[in-house]
Amino acid sequence: MHIHKLEKIWLVFGIGMLGVFLLILGISTFSYGLEPPSAHQAVNMENLYDTPPFDELGLNKLNDKEYEAILTAYVFGFNTGDEEFTVPVGSTVHFKATSPDVVHGFEIPGTNANMMVVPGIINHVTYTFDEPGEYLILCNEYCGVGHEIMQTTITVK
Amino acid sequence: MSQTTEEMKTEKEVVRLKDNKKTKHEEVNLKGTFASVMLLGGFLIITWLAVFILFLVRNG
Amino acid sequence: MNTVQQSEQAFDKKDSKLVISHIIFAFVALLIGGIAGLLQGLVRSDMIQLPAGIGYYQLLTAHGVLMALIFTTFFIIGFLFSGMSKTLGGKLLPRARTLGWLGFIHMGFGTLVATVMILLNKATVLYTFYAPMQASPFFYFALVFVVVGTWMSAAGMIYQYRYWKKEHKGETTPLTAYMSIITMSLWVIATLGVAVEVIFQLIPWSLGWVEGINIMLSRTLFWYFGHPLVYFWLLPAYICWYVMIPKIIGGKIFSDALARLSFILFLLFSIPVGFHHQLMEPGISPFWKFLQVVLTFLVVIPSLMTAFSLFASFEIYGRSKGAKGLFGWFKYLPWKDIRFFAPFMGMLIFIPAGAGGLINASNQMNAVVHNTLFVTGHFHLTVATSVTLTFFGITYWLIPAMTGRKLTPKMHKLGRMQTWVWVAGMAMMSGAMHIVGLFGSPRRTAYSDYNGHPDAAAWEPYYIIMAVGGTVLFIAVLMMIYNLYKLFTLPKGYEEYPIGEVSDLAEKPPKLFERWGFWVSIVVILILMAYTIPVIDILNNPSGGSKGFVTW
Ligand code: HEM
Ligand SMILES: [Cu+2]
Ligand SMILES: [Cu+2]
Repeated sequence: MHIHKLEKIWLVFGIGMLGVFLLILGISTFSYGLEPPSAHQAVNMENLYDTPPFDELGLNKLNDKEYEAILTAYVFGFNTGDEEFTVPVGSTVHFKATSPDVVHGFEIPGTNANMMVVPGIINHVTYTFDEPGEYLILCNEYCGVGHEIMQTTITVK
Repeated sequence: MSQTTEEMKTEKEVVRLKDNKKTKHEEVNLKGTFASVMLLGGFLIITWLAVFILFLVRNG
Repeated sequence: MNTVQQSEQAFDKKDSKLVISHIIFAFVALLIGGIAGLLQGLVRSDMIQLPAGIGYYQLLTAHGVLMALIFTTFFIIGFLFSGMSKTLGGKLLPRARTLGWLGFIHMGFGTLVATVMILLNKATVLYTFYAPMQASPFFYFALVFVVVGTWMSAAGMIYQYRYWKKEHKGETTPLTAYMSIITMSLWVIATLGVAVEVIFQLIPWSLGWVEGINIMLSRTLFWYFGHPLVYFWLLPAYICWYVMIPKIIGGKIFSDALARLSFILFLLFSIPVGFHHQLMEPGISPFWKFLQVVLTFLVVIPSLMTAFSLFASFEIYGRSKGAKGLFGWFKYLPWKDIRFFAPFMGMLIFIPAGAGGLINASNQMNAVVHNTLFVTGHFHLTVATSVTLTFFGITYWLIPAMTGRKLTPKMHKLGRMQTWVWVAGMAMMSGAMHIVGLFGSPRRTAYSDYNGHPDAAAWEPYYIIMAVGGTVLFIAVLMMIYNLYKLFTLPKGYEEYPIGEVSDLAEKPPKLFERWGFWVSIVVILILMAYTIPVIDILNNPSGGSKGFVTW
């Protein structure tokens, strides 16, 4: 098949560009631990709130400035235990979430904390809060009539 | 296919064969095409890098 | 060489009827979907509240179904039938036409039932109908009718093609027909996934025959279909760009063989890539996500080839008219010709659209944009502008060609105005969606100020721009409906069905390009490679199935 010389150059350039993008993505994913949220752990939906870790919702301190935040997304809110999350500036928080009903989303606008919350499976996302403030947590997957009111916050101070 | 279209076809083929000989020697001038697609490529790179940087900045 | 024949005879009457019925149905869907779109834009910016009874998400379901599934599919099938008729023998075989009508009736019936269920608020599950939200079984049955209808039409086209092949042993299939067959093959292979989801998962579960549904499996089957779906929209537009546009501008097809090659690459790589819609989901490991991201990037290559071919056919034409300089050929393009201008604006918009697509598909970077309005902005450029404007451009010659009428300068002018209004409205709406999406504003969400949170307050100005852009777009929809009506009142005459000629005779496409067994085998191998292990993983999920929820 005859291909014009300039088209060959263009295709080599274009395929090279795609290759470089993939290389950057691949290396940062697998060598620097930037995998997209892909947790695999199954959890029983029926008696969710009796099953660890969801029998104790809320923040667990793991280390100095390292926390685990256990929550569920349900129609139409986020269950964060007895109170909304509060952590000191510079904390790394591992969010672990699932849903007792339909599929929801978990997003903190302005950060990379963004994951799907699927019933029957636990999903994780980790974020380090270097700036103080009251961060919005919202649902970004349509889940029913009250979808737009689903929210909570995490306060960093 | 009717007779006339058959004739038309051969006539066109002759013209095209002539065209073709010329283009085989010195390939057709596609400098403008090349410049256009390279601009497109540049645009893809810039937008992609911009969002990749946003991703890195937001990674906390 | 198929293309030299330029019969002046009008289109076969019976075929015209089939084609026109599809096109009109598509435009009715566009009008109703457009009304929903307008209201969505106004609600999201808090400019109006919906009158009692209608919900935002009900509108959004109607909009998604009618635009993404119905408008596109009806238009595509009508258009492809016209091309098969035109290039494979001058008219459809009776059996092909009958299959086309059967398809039309099934799809039409399915659409009506689905629309009624949405209006009754029995199926407010959006056009992706994710389990465990459970719609009425009638909604799922309606979807089956739509899909089965498309299979009948596909069978009609394949029948026509095989008959032609038998009658023309050893000849190369005309480019239009070849591309149409690839498009429909892609569609049939892709819809198998959603058919399995609907028939074996959703219907038995919604009827109460089975207790639980495997949610991740249903999502994976949906997106196995969902990505090739977008190529099913795009490929007919590419047919116009590759085959019809060169003829319209008065030039030649740059390379027949490369055009076929790019369509083969679309067939191969647009299916095993559904995980790029599931990058933020649990239950699929990062390795398999990344593998599908790599395959997704491969499907960019045929679009890079397309970009070159299109510019090349423009430049070669311009230079043949004496254009000078690097970009001088640009001036020689027929800017006043709506058959060229609307698809050209579609091509232009495909540049930012493609850039957005690369960003969306980039594995972990998807976290920046996933489920934000950025994504909505993106596909309003791809399907709702590049594809839609191309379909409008096709309509301007297809209707007169079908009805034995002639385009007038006034019609060209109406068309150009419509195109500009669409582009202006879309630039505002989609531009605002892209920006506010990068700030994190979620898609598929009615108006909310999130209890006065400052992040959400910063989104409001963009919502206003979206609403204004959406209103302008809606005006463009109305203009298009008016133009469609005008097309049926044009003066009697002859309008050409533009089929381009190939520029270099030497390029006879390799025989291998029509070994369907070979290509379909490779598709199957690629699909098995990309999906087998993750699907086994999903099937082994021990959490059991989920019951249904009605949360609207
Ligand atoms: C009058 C023109 C249009 C307007 C005003 C409009 C407006 C909108 C708005 C405001 C949204 C919803 C944003 C959200 O809450 O997520 C939306 C979603 C959507 N639009 Fe359009 N749109 C128009 C035309 C089109 C066309 C022509 C197509 C496709 C051919 C299209 C396809 C879609 C799809 C697939 C969705 C997503 C539905 C979902 O998320 O479930 N739109 N549109
Ligand atoms: Cu929600
Ligand atoms: Cu996709």
